[in-house]
Amino acid sequence: MTDTSAAIPAPARASPWQLSDATARRVRRRKRADTRFQLYGVGAIFIALAVLIVLLSSIAGSGIGGFVQTRFALDVTFDEKLIDPSGTRDRAVLAKADYGVVLMNAVSAAFPEVTDRQAKRDLRKLFSNSARFQLRGMVLDDPSIVGTTQKIWVPASSDADGFVKDGATTKGIAEADRRLKDRQIEWIGQLSERGAVEKRFNWSFFTSADSREPEVAGIGGALLGSFYTLLITLLVCFPIGVLAAIYLEEFAPKNRLTDLIEVNINNLAAVPSIVFGLLGLAVFIQTFGLPRSAPIVGGLTMALLILPTIIVATRAALKAVPPSIREAAYGVGASPIQVVAQHVVPLAMPGILTGTIIGMARALGETAPLLMIGMVAFIADLPGGPMDAATVLPVQIFLWADSPERGFEEKTAAGTIVLLVFLILMNAIAIYLRKRFEIRW
Amino acid sequence: MQLTILIAVLIVLTVLAFVYGRKRALVTVGGNRRALHSMPSYHGWFVALWCGLPAAILLVLWLVLRGTILDGFIEDALGPELAAAGPEMHGALLEDVRQLAAGNSIAREPSPALLAAADRYSSLQSSADAAVLVIGLVAAALGLGFAWRKVGPKLRARNNVEAVVRLVLFLCSVVAIVTTIGIVLSVLFEAIRFFGRVPFWEFLFGVQWSPQMAIREDQVGSSGAFGIIPLFTGTIYITLIALIIAMPIGLLSAIYMAEYASPKFRNAVKPILEILAGIPTVVYGFFAALTVGPAFRGFGDALGLSVSSESALAAGVVMGIMIIPFISSLTDDAIVAVPRSLREGAYALGATKSETVVNVIIPAALPGIVAAFLLAVSRAIGETMIVVMAAGLTANLTANPLDSMTTVTVQIVTLLVGDQEFDSPKTLAAFALGLVLFIATLVLNVVALHVSRKYRERYD
Repeated sequence: MTDTSAAIPAPARASPWQLSDATARRVRRRKRADTRFQLYGVGAIFIALAVLIVLLSSIAGSGIGGFVQTRFALDVTFDEKLIDPSGTRDRAVLAKADYGVVLMNAVSAAFPEVTDRQAKRDLRKLFSNSARFQLRGMVLDDPSIVGTTQKIWVPASSDADGFVKDGATTKGIAEADRRLKDRQIEWIGQLSERGAVEKRFNWSFFTSADSREPEVAGIGGALLGSFYTLLITLLVCFPIGVLAAIYLEEFAPKNRLTDLIEVNINNLAAVPSIVFGLLGLAVFIQTFGLPRSAPIVGGLTMALLILPTIIVATRAALKAVPPSIREAAYGVGASPIQVVAQHVVPLAMPGILTGTIIGMARALGETAPLLMIGMVAFIADLPGGPMDAATVLPVQIFLWADSPERGFEEKTAAGTIVLLVFLILMNAIAIYLRKRFEIRW
Repeated sequence: MQLTILIAVLIVLTVLAFVYGRKRALVTVGGNRRALHSMPSYHGWFVALWCGLPAAILLVLWLVLRGTILDGFIEDALGPELAAAGPEMHGALLEDVRQLAAGNSIAREPSPALLAAADRYSSLQSSADAAVLVIGLVAAALGLGFAWRKVGPKLRARNNVEAVVRLVLFLCSVVAIVTTIGIVLSVLFEAIRFFGRVPFWEFLFGVQWSPQMAIREDQVGSSGAFGIIPLFTGTIYITLIALIIAMPIGLLSAIYMAEYASPKFRNAVKPILEILAGIPTVVYGFFAALTVGPAFRGFGDALGLSVSSESALAAGVVMGIMIIPFISSLTDDAIVAVPRSLREGAYALGATKSETVVNVIIPAALPGIVAAFLLAVSRAIGETMIVVMAAGLTANLTANPLDSMTTVTVQIVTLLVGDQEFDSPKTLAAFALGLVLFIATLVLNVVALHVSRKYRERYD
């Protein structure tokens, strides 16, 4: 029968797979459309990444300066006549003395040629106002320095600090529009010729509390406030969240009440954080009379805010423990509570901890509810405990971002860098925990 | 002081109760563990719970109620003083008495009646605390004695202890409901007080928002206007801008990640995009105020447009950036949930990848995408810090995105920040706005959940 097949005429085309011109064009067009679509996707991801880079670099760029502090050296004479005229070295007298005059004398001594009153005032403006308190602190620590002359490094004022770090900002701006006048710039030049200018890492940024003067303001108080707030949050929401999740996942009967609880938890996760702030204000402050601005109120509010996060994460971790574990434990005679407490929860612990850390990271970065409960006050002291008025790191950033002084801009960005470092650290720990202890059943 | 003693004594007693309860269980059966119904440590827990729990409940109750009870007593003592000062000074006077009793100084010269009340307050407080100390110890001792006598081979200690544990677990899960009820009640209660002063319809449909209340009656604008429409339009406008930015970028990047990207690319890029989700909103706000706002303004100046430095556009764009990872992760979930067989069916018919995505995957994932969209809206209208830092404070009823606009959340913050008395319409207005916000987000959330449940196709 091979003849018949040979009798079939050869097809007009060289191969059955060759397409007609119209089809080929159509296929090309469709392939081009596919490539275009793919490019849209790449473009979208590229935009997102670019935005992230711009965001991080703009903050890093303006924040690096916040970690550096400019200081000027002064020969300060602790004049006994000014500080302690009666010579008793009584602490109360030493504390009350006018160190502004001591500082002014030291400044005048460094520039004896400046005599004009206005010029003197401009000269004084190069040095931070806080230098007075520095001098007072030194005298109180060691009264024996009264009557001596010491070389002391005092912080530069915000304007002088800005000039030393980045002198280019004054170029091309008319003198009248500048914060720093020509003669002040000249004085800074003289100081630097004498070797009396230094830039060093600003440790006090991490230890001191907020201040009206940008050059000495620090995040120490905010860090402590964040610590107390997170401590309260953890103490409240970790046990409650984990126990609630255990109940819902392992014990809850299917009834109206538990359904209601489930729906509630899902909805609570979607309630805007600011509403939790209103709750904290009305319940904890108005009804229970807890102190305003205190980390204990902030911590309780945050605990309610991240409770759903922890419950959801814990339930997922409990669900991941295979039923065989439970059945084996029941098989050897364990009671339901024993099964959960001695077998399921220990196995789910890495997942629970991961969820908790992620929840805590969220609590660390949350700002809005704390504005409601008064944690936005200007607080110049380090808080001593969870009942003291305090502020937290993100609120401090908000406060500084709102301040008109230019010097606060780099402080804001520097504070933001610290906050982001903490958050990335916490998330990294969470990811590490998940990777390290993850069990595939 | 007395209460600290009570707490310390209770802790020690409870620990001792556990140790000796366990021992006693063994003693009652002569060391033969098998004769016991429950393991000895359950007997220990049983005794410890009976010893510690009643006293602890008493202590917590007292700590919650102490302020109220003591206030009642000094109100009696201060009677004439309070009547003279009038109702608005009521709280301030009581606070003064409390401060004096704690040994702090108060702002004004304390009157003799005030000092007497403070004395009475502190003596009452210490005697009441002492009474609670005694009652607490008695309760602990009684509980201990009762449990001690019960310990024995027949006692079903494990069942008892486990019942308590179950109760505690249940109570913890009820906290979620209590929180919701707390939110609803606190916000609703204050909002109702607000509507007592400002008519509900005026609030909902008024087009004027200027909550400044005058200090004197005859001042200009002393009435204050509480019309929510300008806030609504501002909120919706900024949300709209945010979604115009976030929706395409989030959706397209999710599609690329799920359908086109190699696993290597995905593993490298996904965590980086997740960083965007982890950045706190205050940082976005700072970014908007520091970089984006001035950049838009400079750009507008170059084009000859007048751009407000607190333009709705800048706030909306930055909010859009914030929402991108939110949308992309939710839509990613929806796309991944579309079964393989659908894709392969489309490929088998000769569809290209993009045709498969557009004609098969997106329709199949649509309920999830719509839910993501709704949740993103709810997220955007509840977002606070970006708009507080980058959008304006004045309520403009305008459609120009380059103008300054304000939102519901911004107004809540500005109304409540700063020292306010709790009774002014200004403060109460914040709670009314909070109620509106709560209801709006709740409805969006419920609808989103409903959409993704009801319209989800089942393919298996």
